[in-house]
Amino acid sequence: MDTAFLWMKNISKRYTGVQALDSVNFEIKKGEIHCLAGTNGSGKSTLIKIISGVEKPDLGSQIYINGELSSHRTSIDSIHQGIEVIYQDLSLFPNLSVAENIALGSLISGKKKLLSRKGYYSTARKAMKKINVNIALDQKVEDLSIADQQLVAICRSLTGELNLLIMDEPTTALTSREVDALLRVVIDLKDKGIATLFVSHKLNEVMQIAQRVTILKDGKKVGCYPAVDLDSQKIEFFMTGANFQYKKNTTIPSPSRKKPLLEIKNLSKKQNYNNISLKLYPGEILGITGLLGSGRTELAHTLFGMNPADDGSIKINDKKIVLNSVFEAIDLGIAYVPENRLVQGLVLNQTVSKNSVITIIRRLLKKTGLIDHKNKADKITDLVNKFSIKVPSIDAPVSTLSGGNQQRVVLAKWVATDPKLLILDGPTVGIDVAAKGSIHESISQLAAEGLGVILISDEVPEVLNICHRVFVMNRGRIISEFITSESTEEDVLRCLESID
Amino acid sequence: MLKIKIPMDNETKVLSLILSSVIVLMAVLSPNHFLRIETFQGMAFQLPELGLLSLAMMISMLTGGINLSIIATTNISAITAALILKAWIIPDVPASTDIWIVMIAIIAALGISVLVGLLNGFLISVINIPPIIATLGTMKLLQGLAFIITKGYVISGMPDSIKFIGNGKVAGIPMPFILFVVFAFLMAGYLNHTATGFNIFMFGSNPIATFFSGTNNKRVIIETYMISGLYCGMAAIIMMSRFNSAKAGYGESYLLVTILAAVLGGVKAEGGFGRVKGLVLSLIILQIMSIGLNLLGVSAFLTIAFWGLIMITAMIIHYILEQRSLLRLSTEKSEVESWKSNA
Amino acid sequence: MKKLFKYHETYLVIIIIFLSFIITSVNSNFMTAENMFDLLKSNSFIGILAIGTLLVLISGGIDISFAAIATVSQYVMALVIINIGGNIFTALMVAVLVGTILGMMNGVLVYNFRIPSIIATIATMNIYYGLLIVFTGGKWIYSLPDWFRNFAEIRLLTFHTSGGLPYGLSVVTFIWILIIIAAVVILNYTLLGRSIYALGGDRKSCLRIGFNIFFTETFVYSFMGLVAGIAGVVQALLIQTIAPNAIVGKELDVIAAVVLGGASLTGGKGSIFGALLGVALLAILRNGMTLMAVPAVWFEFLVGIVIIVSVGFSSYQQKLKSHKTSIIETAD
Repeated sequence: MDTAFLWMKNISKRYTGVQALDSVNFEIKKGEIHCLAGTNGSGKSTLIKIISGVEKPDLGSQIYINGELSSHRTSIDSIHQGIEVIYQDLSLFPNLSVAENIALGSLISGKKKLLSRKGYYSTARKAMKKINVNIALDQKVEDLSIADQQLVAICRSLTGELNLLIMDEPTTALTSREVDALLRVVIDLKDKGIATLFVSHKLNEVMQIAQRVTILKDGKKVGCYPAVDLDSQKIEFFMTGANFQYKKNTTIPSPSRKKPLLEIKNLSKKQNYNNISLKLYPGEILGITGLLGSGRTELAHTLFGMNPADDGSIKINDKKIVLNSVFEAIDLGIAYVPENRLVQGLVLNQTVSKNSVITIIRRLLKKTGLIDHKNKADKITDLVNKFSIKVPSIDAPVSTLSGGNQQRVVLAKWVATDPKLLILDGPTVGIDVAAKGSIHESISQLAAEGLGVILISDEVPEVLNICHRVFVMNRGRIISEFITSESTEEDVLRCLESID
Repeated sequence: MLKIKIPMDNETKVLSLILSSVIVLMAVLSPNHFLRIETFQGMAFQLPELGLLSLAMMISMLTGGINLSIIATTNISAITAALILKAWIIPDVPASTDIWIVMIAIIAALGISVLVGLLNGFLISVINIPPIIATLGTMKLLQGLAFIITKGYVISGMPDSIKFIGNGKVAGIPMPFILFVVFAFLMAGYLNHTATGFNIFMFGSNPIATFFSGTNNKRVIIETYMISGLYCGMAAIIMMSRFNSAKAGYGESYLLVTILAAVLGGVKAEGGFGRVKGLVLSLIILQIMSIGLNLLGVSAFLTIAFWGLIMITAMIIHYILEQRSLLRLSTEKSEVESWKSNA
Repeated sequence: MKKLFKYHETYLVIIIIFLSFIITSVNSNFMTAENMFDLLKSNSFIGILAIGTLLVLISGGIDISFAAIATVSQYVMALVIINIGGNIFTALMVAVLVGTILGMMNGVLVYNFRIPSIIATIATMNIYYGLLIVFTGGKWIYSLPDWFRNFAEIRLLTFHTSGGLPYGLSVVTFIWILIIIAAVVILNYTLLGRSIYALGGDRKSCLRIGFNIFFTETFVYSFMGLVAGIAGVVQALLIQTIAPNAIVGKELDVIAAVVLGGASLTGGKGSIFGALLGVALLAILRNGMTLMAVPAVWFEFLVGIVIIVSVGFSSYQQKLKSHKTSIIETAD
């Protein structure tokens, strides 16, 4: 168990203009569960690409596999050495069957060009047996749950001689029960002498079973630590070099609780959420947290007119409203910053200026019905300044901005609509620490201006420190409510852990 | 962060380069024939039909779609107008009501074409049929309808009052060309100065994000195809008047050429990008080439082959330029990529 | 039984049976072996092209140039057999060679320069066709060798009508069947075939898992070229004249048939059986119209209706389905 399966020495990689990796040393022992942590741009994906042979390291870098020097490797070499990567999107073929997905990879490296159904079924069955799972082989992958798809991806990597399994952010799309099942599989692999490398940009469940954690920052290795010595604070510090201190939100006044801005009564939607009642006051920030599949995003979609409820009532400023479309919701002063910034939030190829006024383009018309370009330009300048969006030019595509600036564009386009109610779904996911703080500030600022804010987040410290109240949702119901000034992180975590 | 140039700049550069080299080449090869006013007048008569049809194709491509039914729409509109004119105007006997009947015929042609656009928009946005198949379906439907109505015969002998649109001149400038210029400006105005025009580009790049931004996606699609239809209707009137006839199956070879013209003009097949300016440049290039080659006595088919060749050359140049700017952006790109997979 | 209704093909079979029933009730000549063999013969040209088109669509591309490729191959084939001589095998070899090279060029443009396949193939269509006409002057060829004429009449199975007229399985249909078998084997029993599906399913995953995308993509377009070459010969066998403008314009009809058969333009989906059913549906529709004395001008119109209704039906169902699951998807 003590010998290193993979030993990388002095790994450097320079792209035009950027040092992605700078003399990094890295080691994985046989059968070890290792975690590689770092923010976006820390170099962890480059390191993975080098391990898997997709990228070649610069001169002077040395890679040893089982003690043998193996610096010039291709992706095929890496597969022969028993290294497999499962990317976050799983790289499966949705239109092919489970058996084909599992067996195809091993067939590529093989010489056989003719296939028999029997052949790949037995390959697939064998792989499944190794981790004791059972998924119908002739089912199409697109019909499986994400958890099952992940198991298929693991099975695919097990068709050959596996020594190291690399998994990129494997748990983000799983429910807690599914995460447990996954961790059991990984421990099972460990007992078979197969090492696992988790790649992650934040602390999560996988670190519970990891033995060591290597942290990268700006292309350099910060260090390699036994997992037991780390907690979320420390990891955050190592990854970012700054200690992100959640400031208890004392700056904004408590909202007046006279007249609710939003009042939901007994709202239900089959298979989404059940019997939700809540009140939100102007100037209040209401946090909603809960595990995946708790119904929180579905509730947000209902409030944004995308997912009409079956039953119950929604009132805004004491007026009963019906929400059947997004434009109705916007007209009623509701804004929604969606979960998936890159697909739902922004039109990445188009410019910052176009993205920031997309929500209000119909309000920027002259009497003739044509766009008032001067007004539009002023509005864009206002928004870019207000949210201090850093752009080389407002005519640059949004895709060239950093995550933090992209999210500011999304916030800007919604604030431009003059909303009364702002719903934010995971607003700081994947955003670096410095930007995170400023987005929190913007949110508080908006609440102070009298907006009602609903903040949905996975991060308990985030909701606890930004919001006035926090709801915990599970299986479509609100199971408890915390007044943040009177609660601690432990209280909320305990409540979350009691689920299931 | 690097400042990157918007791809359109490259586009216009490449196009202007091609245009000037084509002009120089023609002027050198055939100085006596090419550089004459008649050449350009001839061009001004031929360009408008293809031009209007290309605009009709372009707007559908901006949304990431395609409109295969443009020619069929044009023919059915022309046939409708021709039937009205034939039925109500007695040839060679000028009557004061003629102008009204011509108006009715024009309105009918435009109305039919817009209705076809509405049908296309409905099939695409409400029924959810991919644009290429929906418009292939309406293309067949309309082709068939045109054959059923005309039984395959030519409807010819239009009254003089409508011939002016296709053959007349105002101050030496051919009428069709004037109409084309007007409609090209209208299209540019629509795309750049109206809310739906704005939304067309955004929708073409990412319909999910526009949906999440409160854009009425259905309306964008339906309006797009209705306008696409309207431009076909306009082309129909010019064509009918210029050919002095209408017939099922006219101009079918234009269909794929309009796609070439649009793409050569910088319209992205994936949607979201394209300018009227680029399209007009590319139309002029194509037209100069075909007239120039014609003057040189080269077969029209060689011209078609040249068009294809230019098309591919332009795409390859574009690819190389893109690769270069990608290389410069590779690190940022990889960050974005890794983000995409996280999302 | 319930599972059967998951397949697009099931609906097509039902429609075809229903249509056949109507036609037969009007004109009993439809359901005769003679008519069926005749349909199999006259539709072999479209049928062969449909197979090639299917592979391209599955891989996530589209090819508009195959009609031009078929024309060029056919013309070159005719020139060779007239001027140099040979037999049916030289004819096929020449056409296959020309077709494959032209198809391969499409594949290279699509793979190496990432030109959208629809654009690349429209451009090459113009090039291939334009050059052909320039070099040949667009002349028709009537004087095909006698052996070429005789070959088209060969039947592998011969029956006789009650009136004593022979009919049966034409050699042309047999060529079509061979191509179907080849395509079935490639698609279902080779790694290459599965990688075509995989390519249409998720291109990025193909790269990561180590598929040779260059080979797969070039193969698909080359195969399209190859079958277009054969289709060109088949068409020449059927018509016995070579007209440069006889085939061009058929491309959208073939694509329509394949799409009717359930292939998706976004790639990854489609089956040989479906594509053949699509061809059959259009063939029976046309044949039925003749037998029921419906004027031929109605054909295009009905094809349009069939496309819109059939594709509309499945698209709308898909939309409803995705509406139901969209919430879960966005929650990922």
